[in-house]
Formats: sequence, structure tokens, C-alpha cells
Amino acid sequence: MMLLTLLLLMTLAAYYLGLRRAVTVAGGPTSVRVLHSRPAYYGMWTAIWCGLPALIIFAAWQMLEGRMLTHLVVAQLPPEMQSLSAARLSLIVNDIRNIIYGNIPVGQVSPAVQAAAELYLRLQAISRIALAAAVLASALAGLGAAYGRIHIRLRARNQVERLVLWLLGACSTIAIFTTIGIVLSVLYEALRFFKSVPLTDFLFGLQWSPQMAIRSDQVGSSGAFGAVPVLAGTLLVSGIAMLVAVPIGLLAAIYMSEYAGKRLRSVVKPLMEILAGIPTVVYGFFAALTVAPLIRSSGHAIGLDVSSESALAAGLVMGIMIIPFVSSLSDDMINAVPQSLRDGAYGLGATHSETIRQVVLPAALPGIVGGVLLAVSRAIGETMIVVMAAGLTANLTLNPLKTVTTVTVQIVTLLVGDQEFDSPKTLAAFALGLLLFVITLGLNIIALKVVRKYREQYE
Amino acid sequence: MNNGKPKTIEIVQRSLVRRYRAERRFRRMGLGAIVLSLVFLGFLFASIVGNGYTALFQTQVQLDISFDPETFATGELANADYPRLIKEALYKAFPQVTARGERRALTGLVSSGAAFQLRQMVLADRSLIGTRRSIWLPADDDVDMLVKGHLSRQAGRLSEAQLAWIGQLQSQGKLAKHFNWTLFTAGDSREPELAGILGAVVGSFYTLLVTLALSFPLGVATAVYLEEFAPRSRWTDLIEVNINNLAAVPSIVFGLLGLAVFLGAFGMPRSAPVVGGMVLTLMTLPTIIIASRAALQAVPPSIRDAALGVGASKMQMILHHVLPLALPGMLTGTIIGMARALGETAPLLMIGMVAFIVDIPGGFTDPATVLPVQIYLWADSPERAFVERTAAATLALLAFLIVMNGLAVVLRRRFERRW
Repeated sequence: MMLLTLLLLMTLAAYYLGLRRAVTVAGGPTSVRVLHSRPAYYGMWTAIWCGLPALIIFAAWQMLEGRMLTHLVVAQLPPEMQSLSAARLSLIVNDIRNIIYGNIPVGQVSPAVQAAAELYLRLQAISRIALAAAVLASALAGLGAAYGRIHIRLRARNQVERLVLWLLGACSTIAIFTTIGIVLSVLYEALRFFKSVPLTDFLFGLQWSPQMAIRSDQVGSSGAFGAVPVLAGTLLVSGIAMLVAVPIGLLAAIYMSEYAGKRLRSVVKPLMEILAGIPTVVYGFFAALTVAPLIRSSGHAIGLDVSSESALAAGLVMGIMIIPFVSSLSDDMINAVPQSLRDGAYGLGATHSETIRQVVLPAALPGIVGGVLLAVSRAIGETMIVVMAAGLTANLTLNPLKTVTTVTVQIVTLLVGDQEFDSPKTLAAFALGLLLFVITLGLNIIALKVVRKYREQYE
Repeated sequence: MNNGKPKTIEIVQRSLVRRYRAERRFRRMGLGAIVLSLVFLGFLFASIVGNGYTALFQTQVQLDISFDPETFATGELANADYPRLIKEALYKAFPQVTARGERRALTGLVSSGAAFQLRQMVLADRSLIGTRRSIWLPADDDVDMLVKGHLSRQAGRLSEAQLAWIGQLQSQGKLAKHFNWTLFTAGDSREPELAGILGAVVGSFYTLLVTLALSFPLGVATAVYLEEFAPRSRWTDLIEVNINNLAAVPSIVFGLLGLAVFLGAFGMPRSAPVVGGMVLTLMTLPTIIIASRAALQAVPPSIRDAALGVGASKMQMILHHVLPLALPGMLTGTIIGMARALGETAPLLMIGMVAFIVDIPGGFTDPATVLPVQIYLWADSPERAFVERTAAATLALLAFLIVMNGLAVVLRRRFERRW
């Protein structure tokens, strides 16, 4: 921290030195015009030379320091310890680390470990000093070199701007790295899962009970990882949500864009935005607190056996959540239909609703379908509502009054809590995550293509 | 000519009634859809407000505590037997209760956190020792629920004797509802009457700070690059496709990424606001990029041409002229992205921000939880008293969201320019 502050101060100093130097080289403040760039750019140029290499050294050192030190310390351990298996060795390293951070080590500490910890601390102190020396030397060297090279003809602005452009370009690649990160991390863990559970069992198995036996003779030891019931539950809940959201959202969009006056629009639009902005956890709480008991008691009143975590409650609330999404997308699509089509229909004597049903909607249909596909992808990936309102048991059923489970619920239940990181149980969550990612990605790509094609049609 | 065949105009006029009826029906259906969705919205708010407003008040018991010097004889104020002070006061208030089991039931009426309150008071003010004070202490959550009418007398959570004592306290005016400061000044707790949202709010604050510090510069830089500098090539097309897809990837997948990469590969701490902020950054980045690009597009070419015309370089034109004009639009997009990040729960469950954390986090690497996760945790708790607290926390979350969105609207109204 001290070091970084010092570096920052040096960089600021470098800015002023560079600026002053540029003015001096030019021959005083009145004749800065002879410089290639404005004086501030020389300051920035000097500051960059002073600060950037030093910062890179600092970052690299920080990343490598722990690993290097551990390696050195392990190399100093007595040979009988080094010949232990990797897992045991990592336990010893953990002990060493505990001593270093002043935590209470587990059990007795052997003198070798104690010595190693002391060695680590000694090395760490040396490393800190070396880092400070390296950073400061690099900063001073950069400052000196840049200071000496300031000249009237130096194209400081171009060089500074090129660096900024590089930075901007680097930022824009984050999106790609995120996608790669998602794919790699999920795929890697999923592949480890498929080593213990065959892919075909996962994709076509009809049983889902994700537990692994600790002993082979345990009761109920047979874990089953068939994703079909989980997927079916997801589709059931999303289907109910779509049944709620698509008609209401579409009709609302039609009314808003074709019938509603300015006053109604200015009232309803913000309210719809509120509905869209409510966090999903609030919808989940609403579903569990109000909707599910309501459905259960009304089901009992007419003699139906309704589970308290019915798919209907989760689907219904999810549908409410998606209404504004469907309606705003359909609104866009309906507004994109050219007025000339409507005028043509009116000219032939069609009423307002006939125009909408027979001209506007067919024209907007591809776009609306794209929007609905996006909504389906959102429903499938929605987590909190189903976690709070849907169940955990995987039933292969089409009855909306029964409990079903979904992909996202299973991911959450498998990963929240204390599990070892490499049991099939936790890895199964990544396999489900992969499934979810692939399905939603497919839906999104199709939907975005459809929507884009539709937009171009009328442009 | 007119031989029995109806004229076209007659056919039309006869069908007109039916067609107008269809027209009205269609119109009513549209209106009905809007009304229905607004009814849902109203129902949601009514249900949450109706459940939540009672949490603003907490039942308290007034006890005459005598800070007996004997209790503090050891000199260690922090470790003195504070629960005994409360017991003594209760026994004095109900002298007829003598049996051990009954006495235990009697002390059960007062929250286990009351002793901590006394401890705080004594630690803050030593001169209390040796005095007698009449102090309002939090009642147990069952008592609270009974007083608020959420718990029926027949539920069996409270015994007959306890009900009688509660009645006696009420008739003496020693049991009353006071404003629930604990809800806004405490961290999480297993006891509903001691649980508060401050820890979660502070955790949310740190997490959002990280998100803002990372996503705003990154998003604006990406938008400027793509909109102003990037050549149209395969590479930039790939970037754009990626951004659009990331905007539609389920949030829980970002949580899986955070778990596998930030926690697994980089070894960052679990439950920490830093990691939560980084995951939410990846999630909100597409929103900010898309909004920022729209803001940049809205700056008219004449500004650019004028800047270039007086000799600015392209970078100077963008940094000095285009960016300041596009900034309000970018900020609006950022605030909306932040509001979404504030309400996001699922990815944070994946990186361990669901831990039960009593302390109020003091930094970016302290274990913390956030407001929506707190709602999720409380919604899962079996105690009836947590239901109203969950609803109250939800109201707090919605209030923050409304403030943020209101800010975005104000910003848009004040700075939006029509060129």
C-alpha cells in the first residue's frame, strides 16, 4: 500500500517534471507553440513511462510471489516430507500457512513445519524489499529515460493516444473473455462429471436423486443423475409462465401502442417498468408467502389435492414477472410496422381491430416470436422464484398441481452448502449449468437472429 | 336491378354490428390485460406492505432492573452475569412464581438479547452500577407475535401461565410496542427480535461499490472503442455478438463462472463483496455497454465535425467533446444496471454470500451478505416473526430501487438534449 502511494506520487511528480521540461525545451511559456504536442502530453508521456512499467512489475510480482515462496519453502523441507503424496504435502503447506497468518494450527506442529514457516516469513521480508527496490528503480529509470528524450519533435500526443486506444481495445475484449470463461469453467467441471456418470445416462436418464454413497453398501446409495425429470419440470414451469405472460403481455402491448391515449400511456408505462424492475427474490417471496397458500387453499376448496410447492404457483408468478418483458418487446415490434400498412387496411374499410389482427400482427409476427423466444430463455434461466416457490423432488409429471423441480433449483441446492468440490454431486451442478447455458444460448441466438432479420425487413 | 339480392351496402351494414362488437371486445381484452397486470402489481405490493409494516414495531417489556453491585464484584464488566439481573427483575415483578420450571417459562418471555442490551448500557456508563432503572427490553418473538395478533392463543407456543403473565404485564402497561430500531441497526441473528438489515445493507453497499468501480470504466471504454474506433471486422462482430448474448445469459451461470474461476482458480475469499462485485460486474457490463453506445450514437455529427475542424485529433474530439455530451446517458444506463445488480441474488448464492453473518462487514474482503440474499435467508426461516421482517427487508430493498430508478429518471430529464 505504501509502495503504491509512493508510486502514485512519483507518477504525479513525473507529470509535472515532463511538463516543465517540455516548456523549457521549447524555450519558455511564450513559445510552447514550437512543440509538436501541447505541453500536458509531454507530462502524461513522462508519467506513463514512470508509472506503467513499475505497475506491471508490481502486479506480476504480487501474482507470483505466493507461489514462488511456497515452492522455495517446500524445497527446503526434509526429504521424507517431500516424498509424501501431493494431498498430504498440501496439508503441510496449509499448516505452514496457518502459522504464518497467526492462526491456531491444527494439532501438533512438527519442528520442520515451524522452521519452514519461519523461513517463509524471512523470504517474504526479503521479497518485499526486493519488490520495493525493483518498482522504485523501474520508476526512476523510466522517468529519467523519458525526461532525457523530451524534445520539440517528440510526438508525445500520438504516443499517449496510441496507448489509450490500446487500453480501450483491451477493455472491449472482456466480453469475449467472459464468454470463454463461462464455457471453459462450466465445460471443464462438466467433463469431470461425465467421467463418473456417462453422458447418455445424464441426458436420457429418468431418475434424478443426486447423492453419492460414502460406502458402497449404504442404504439408498444409488445416486441417479438423469436430467429428464429436471428438464421436464423446468419446461412445465416455463410453459405455465408463458401461458400467463404471452397473452397478457401481447394484449397489453397492442392496447398500449394502438389504442391508448397519451395520458394512459404516461401512467401505465412507468408502472410496467416498476413491474419489470422488481427483483426476482421479491417475486419469489411473494410466490411463497401469498400465491402458493392461496392456490393451495382454493384447490382444497374445490376438492383438489394441491401440493404446497406446486408448479402452478411458481409458474404463475414467473409469468407475472415476464409480462413487462413480453409487452415491451412486442411494443417495439408493433411500432416497427410501417404506418402505410395500417393506412392501406383502413382504406379498404377494415375496423381498427381487424387491421391489428389481420395486418399488423401478421406483419409483426416474426419479431414477436423472437421476443417470445427471448422470454422463454429468461423463464428457463430464472432462479429465485423457483428456488423459493418450487420444490426439490424431481417428479416426471405434467400435473401443474404437483411439485416439480427445475434445473436452476438443482444447481442452487447442489452448490449451496458445504460440499467437497470434486464429488459428483457438486460436479452435477456444473453439468446442469452447461445444459442451461447451451439451451439458453441456442434460444438467444435464434431469437436475436429472427428479431434482427425482422427489423431489417422494414428499415 | 333490385331483385331480391341484397345490396353490398346492406351486407356491410348488417355485418357492421357484429364487427363493431368484435372491435369493442378486442379493445376490452387489451384494456383487461393492462388492468390485470396492474392488479398483479397492486396485489404484490399490498401483500408485502401488509405483511411488512408490523415489523416496524417491536414489543418491549418494561422491567425494573437493579444494577446490583454484587454482580459486578469481579470487576470484569464485560463478563458479568447480566441474564441474572433480568431474572431477578422478573422474579420481583412476579413474586407468586417460585417453581423452577415456571421461573424458566417466565424468563422465556424476555428476549435472550436483553442481557446484551444491559451489557452495552453498563459498558457505556459505569455509573449505572448500584442504581435502579426502569428499562424497556425486547420481548421474545413469540410474545411479539402474540401481541401483534399473528399467533393465536391456542397455537401452543406459549403456555397458559405465560399467557396470564403477558396479560398481567399488559394491564400494568409494562408491555408495549415501540419503534423497532434494531431492524435498522443490527446485523443478522437467529432470534427474530434481534435481527436487523444493517449488515446486509452494508454488504450490498460494498458489493455495489466494487461493481460500479469496475463496470463503469470498463463499459464506457468498451462502448467508446466499439462505437468510435473499432474497424468493422470479424473480430468486432464477434465482440458484439458476445455482448448481446451475455445480456441474455441466465444470471446463475455467472455465479457458476465466479465459483469456478474467481474462487476455484484464483483462490479468492468466499462470501466476500469483492468477488460478488466482480461477478455482478460481468453481469451488468452488457447493460452499460449497450446504454453507453446508444448515448454515443445520439451525439450529433456536427459536434464531431466542428471539433475536427478546429484541429482536434480524433481522441481529443471524443474525450473533450463527445464523451462529456454522452455522459448523462451513460450514467443513466449505469444507474439502471446498478439497480439490477442490487436486486440480483442467484449468482451471489453460488459464491457463498449466503453464509449466516452476524457482524456488520467492515471491508471488501470481510464475509458479507447482501440485501436480496438476506431476504432469501429470512424467507427460509421457520419462525413466524421472520415473515414480517422478510417483508420489511423487501420494502427496504424496493425503496432503494425506487430511489435509484428515480435518480435515473431525474438525470434523464435534466440532462437529456434533443438535438
